[in-house]
Amino acid sequence: MNANAQIPPAVLGPQPAGLGRRAALAAGKAEGPAAPHAASVTNLNVRFGAAHVLKDVIMAVPAGTVVGLVGESGSGKSTLGKTLVGINKPASGEITIGGEDFTRMHGKRRRQMRREVQYIPQDPYSSLSPRRTTGQTLAEALDPHGANPMEHREVIAAALERVKLDPSAAEKYPHEFSGGQRQRIAIARALMLEPRLVIADEITSALDVSVQADIIRLLQGMRGKVDSAMLFISHNLAVVQQVCDEVMVMYQGRIVEQGLIESVYRNPQHDYTKKLLASVPGSPAFTLD
Amino acid sequence: MTSRFRSKEFWTPAMITGGGLLMALILIAIIAPSTMKQAAEQLTPHAALGPSAEHWLGTDDFGRDLLARALVATRLTLLMTAGAAAISVVSGVVIGLAIWLSGRRVREIALRILETAVAYPSLIFALVIAAVLEPGVSSAVIAIGIAGIPGFARITANLASAVSSSDYVVTARLLGVSPVRIAARHMLPNMAEPLLILSATVFALSLVEISALSFIGLGVQSPEYDFGRLLNDSLGALYTQPVEAVGPSVMIALTGLSVMLIGDALAAHADPRAKRSFFRRVLDRNRTVPLAESDTALVRVKNLRVSIPGRQELVKGVSFSINPGEVVALVGESGSGKSLTAMAVAGLPSEDLAVDADLLRVGDMNMLAAPDQSRLAKEISIVYQDPGTTFNPSLRMGSQLTEVLRTHLGMGRAEAREVIVNALASVNITQPAHRLRQHPHELSGGMRQRAMIAASIVTSPKLIVADEPTTALDVTVQAEVLRQFRRIHREQGTAMLFISHDLAVVEALCDTILVMKSGEIVERLTAAELAARKVTHSYTKALLAAIPTLELGSAPATSGAPTS
Repeated sequence: MNANAQIPPAVLGPQPAGLGRRAALAAGKAEGPAAPHAASVTNLNVRFGAAHVLKDVIMAVPAGTVVGLVGESGSGKSTLGKTLVGINKPASGEITIGGEDFTRMHGKRRRQMRREVQYIPQDPYSSLSPRRTTGQTLAEALDPHGANPMEHREVIAAALERVKLDPSAAEKYPHEFSGGQRQRIAIARALMLEPRLVIADEITSALDVSVQADIIRLLQGMRGKVDSAMLFISHNLAVVQQVCDEVMVMYQGRIVEQGLIESVYRNPQHDYTKKLLASVPGSPAFTLD
Repeated sequence: MTSRFRSKEFWTPAMITGGGLLMALILIAIIAPSTMKQAAEQLTPHAALGPSAEHWLGTDDFGRDLLARALVATRLTLLMTAGAAAISVVSGVVIGLAIWLSGRRVREIALRILETAVAYPSLIFALVIAAVLEPGVSSAVIAIGIAGIPGFARITANLASAVSSSDYVVTARLLGVSPVRIAARHMLPNMAEPLLILSATVFALSLVEISALSFIGLGVQSPEYDFGRLLNDSLGALYTQPVEAVGPSVMIALTGLSVMLIGDALAAHADPRAKRSFFRRVLDRNRTVPLAESDTALVRVKNLRVSIPGRQELVKGVSFSINPGEVVALVGESGSGKSLTAMAVAGLPSEDLAVDADLLRVGDMNMLAAPDQSRLAKEISIVYQDPGTTFNPSLRMGSQLTEVLRTHLGMGRAEAREVIVNALASVNITQPAHRLRQHPHELSGGMRQRAMIAASIVTSPKLIVADEPTTALDVTVQAEVLRQFRRIHREQGTAMLFISHDLAVVEALCDTILVMKSGEIVERLTAAELAARKVTHSYTKALLAAIPTLELGSAPATSGAPTS
């Protein structure tokens, strides 16, 4: 492996409270003192039985940025996302959310911290309970105990507006929406708590191309307006380019390359990244002969 | 929910019959005890009479009217059955949910215990409980109720397991919603429908079991009587006065029938597949069509229409042709009718769809008729979207891949294996002979899809129909699979009908591109026109604009080798 492909361990400094996270993007790649990280991971290992799925993963998502995570199926990208949310338990390693080690937290503290990382699943048809209105679904994100939409009517309306849905959508049930609209609701739910990090797990893969384009436009339009950072897991390099600031390439359980989209796409260092880029139909290096 | 019960589709004949019957039985249960008690319980000198105008079913040894007794017994029987069913259902749901909410270890142990309990016939279970308790109405209800709990708990746990792995339950858990609230808010409402349907079954079972318990004397005791008790009373006179058994027997049958009909109707209503209307497709008689000499096309489709009979036209008069060796793409989004069109061409439309066309032929095979199976197998190959479900997981690759060769080309096992091994090698599958001994799950998705492609060409088909063959694959694997299609086309000149939602994919592979929208072809393009973006229809333009393309700027991706 090329030496350049190694990721330097994330430099973690104290979290400067109240700093506009968006500002971190500009400073994100600057060498020097710690950029605040929404989440970072050091030497993370995840095993399922005998399978060693994540191998010493080191990565960081700078606050307020959108980082793409690409790789083939089975590479471990979804597992990394699910481990960050707390669905999978790491065998070893450290997960830091907003400067604090998440893996060592227990009880109430852990539950609170959990709300700082939200997850958007791939399939918009199974991510919303068919028997709950949009309002009820969103109210539950705000207040898991009461979940009363009437108490949070204005916040819910604002959240729906953010994903370009009419406030009247709050009264409707999932079956009254198209796949794209459902995905918007799932995005609204994840952003509801203004978490530090949102994990978007292949959220456009199940959609038609025109609907995918809608969601991409939505995500692009949110730039600068949302403080949450996003880990955008996708197998589609072109979508990642349109949505993300940075990209990480995962291969066989390791992150083999990370950097700004422009530099990674134009000048890939790892062989797998090169192969990946050359496989995209329509890219200059793509050929069937 | 309420509007669904008002809809016409809800009131099927089964629902009307079952509902009507149950209403009648409930009315009898309410009215009969107050109006017929005298006739049913008063001892009279008219003992053991046969049926007459006065006593329709005759009288018993004590001169009591048997019809009246059967009708009066309805109340007690229904109440007992409802009680027992309620015990089974409520406790079953609570236990089933509790099992699912508890930790993994407790859950595993509880499930094993449940399985053991379910393995015993519930009637034997009930007999033991009833024998321990004092015989009587309440002990019968408790015995049958308890005996039904494990079965219902098991069903609830199964349903809960399915619902709890759904994304919305996982998300709620991540949001910090407590387990009890998840059960109440998310799991129960989404399990309500199947549970309601299964409750009907539990009710019918409880009825039979309670009657059985009373029949053998462990249930209702004299002077009280339910259907089972009446049957027991009739047993002594079965040879001299068999009509005595008719009343309770008919009542048991009618009650069971009404509940099962309602349960059936509810189940059918909940399952959308049950609403599909199957019909006999009117097939064209001629298996082949005469070819005009000027018509050199391999496939000709004229005015193809595919519809859900009586409801909706899904493909609205599509016409196109495929020349020998031509690669044609059908492109569109979901619901455009591209797959339906392709499956109609391949002769494999879904059973509940009506297919009609002025002409639909592949070679001289009339695809509107039922073409000769072995010709179909040899001349048209199909590659499906999902390599995970194309193969039967329980059979080895070898027997599945050689099937067509053995059944339709009459090859021997060894010869067929040799052909397949060569074909697998040609699509760059390593250790091809070894792969034949493996099961599908031992191969990666891309390898399975390449194996499928390899198998599709060994019969030297005239046409390959590929339905989104690369959609489920990784980009690097997709590129490899597309290369195989290109190579086959180069080497064998096979015509292809290639279905995709991705214009970039078809641009690289296909000669002709047909853009479909809402069941119609809105634009026909050559590969050159598409490459030059010379498109006219607004939908094609929108589709092109929607596809995210990779911008690599000036430096091509693979030009520079790593510097180290």
